Amino acid sequence: MRALALLALALALTAAAPAASLTDIEDEVMCLECGTPLNVSNSDVADQEREFIAELIARGKTKQQVKDALVAEYGPSVLAEPEDDGFKLAAWVVPVLAAVAALAAVGFTARRWRRARPAAAAHAGDAGIDPDDERRLDAELAAFDR
Amino acid sequence: MRARAYWPVTIAAALLVGLLAYGLTTTGTDTTLDSAMARGERVDPPTRESLPRLGGAGDGSLADYAGKVVLINVWASWCEPCRDELPLVQKAHEMLSARGGTVVGIDVKENSGAALRAVQEFGLTFPNLRDRDGSYVREWGQTGYPESYVIDRAGKVAAVRRFPVTQKWLDETLPPLLDESA
Repeated sequence: MRALALLALALALTAAAPAASLTDIEDEVMCLECGTPLNVSNSDVADQEREFIAELIARGKTKQQVKDALVAEYGPSVLAEPEDDGFKLAAWVVPVLAAVAALAAVGFTARRWRRARPAAAAHAGDAGIDPDDERRLDAELAAFDR
Repeated sequence: MRARAYWPVTIAAALLVGLLAYGLTTTGTDTTLDSAMARGERVDPPTRESLPRLGGAGDGSLADYAGKVVLINVWASWCEPCRDELPLVQKAHEMLSARGGTVVGIDVKENSGAALRAVQEFGLTFPNLRDRDGSYVREWGQTGYPESYVIDRAGKVAAVRRFPVTQKWLDETLPPLLDESA
């Protein structure tokens, strides 16, 4: 009974898997020789990769199955995402570090502003006006009120 | 205060420059073999890594051909100059195999179905290994397709050809190496 339920679930999932299309897959696959995504590559090796994908689609493979077959035939670098070892690890690490650095910079700047504002306000209050100027200001305000 | 604010920026800039320098030095073409050949030296192969056999089970490597003169030919069926060259390479294999040598093909960046169709089309009888992503030939300082490297009986790289072989080059390069003892 449980086996039947699992089989039904597997069939339902298979049926739900979207049909693969060359245009959908092309931008997620690299032309290995040109180093550009397949959808913007016109080299002979790109044409051969496209033929390979088209053959798999014609055989009814899903997008994920096509990508798995590409990796099996060409290695993980055929997928348009950086590898997670060696120098290419930098492609993953640098954006994260940059985001952390940007957040830290925003936090640091906000803290400086917050500290500077009360100080500036206090400074403005302390600055005081020259007593002569203050007397002149009072006199002018009084004259204005009249 | 101002100086304190600058040091993280300086360190970040230094790290970025270091990363760029590391990237440039690790992804450039390796010219070690070419320099050695220009000096007339024979050197160890840059890699002894094993690769999957084309159309067969398991992996193969240069170690399988110890004591033989090996003409390593880098090819792919999508490469037109390689296709033009393959009949000559097959002929070289027939000559080599009769005298204690062999051609070993390194099929680069193509699916095995396409490669096997080319093997059949050109009647290739030499063994072929698959360099799926080109990382093996990169170790040899590969600059294009086709390329050939010759290994002598002692397992040293004796010649490098960065473009298609010619009958003249094969005649000048292979027989003297075949005459050497291991």
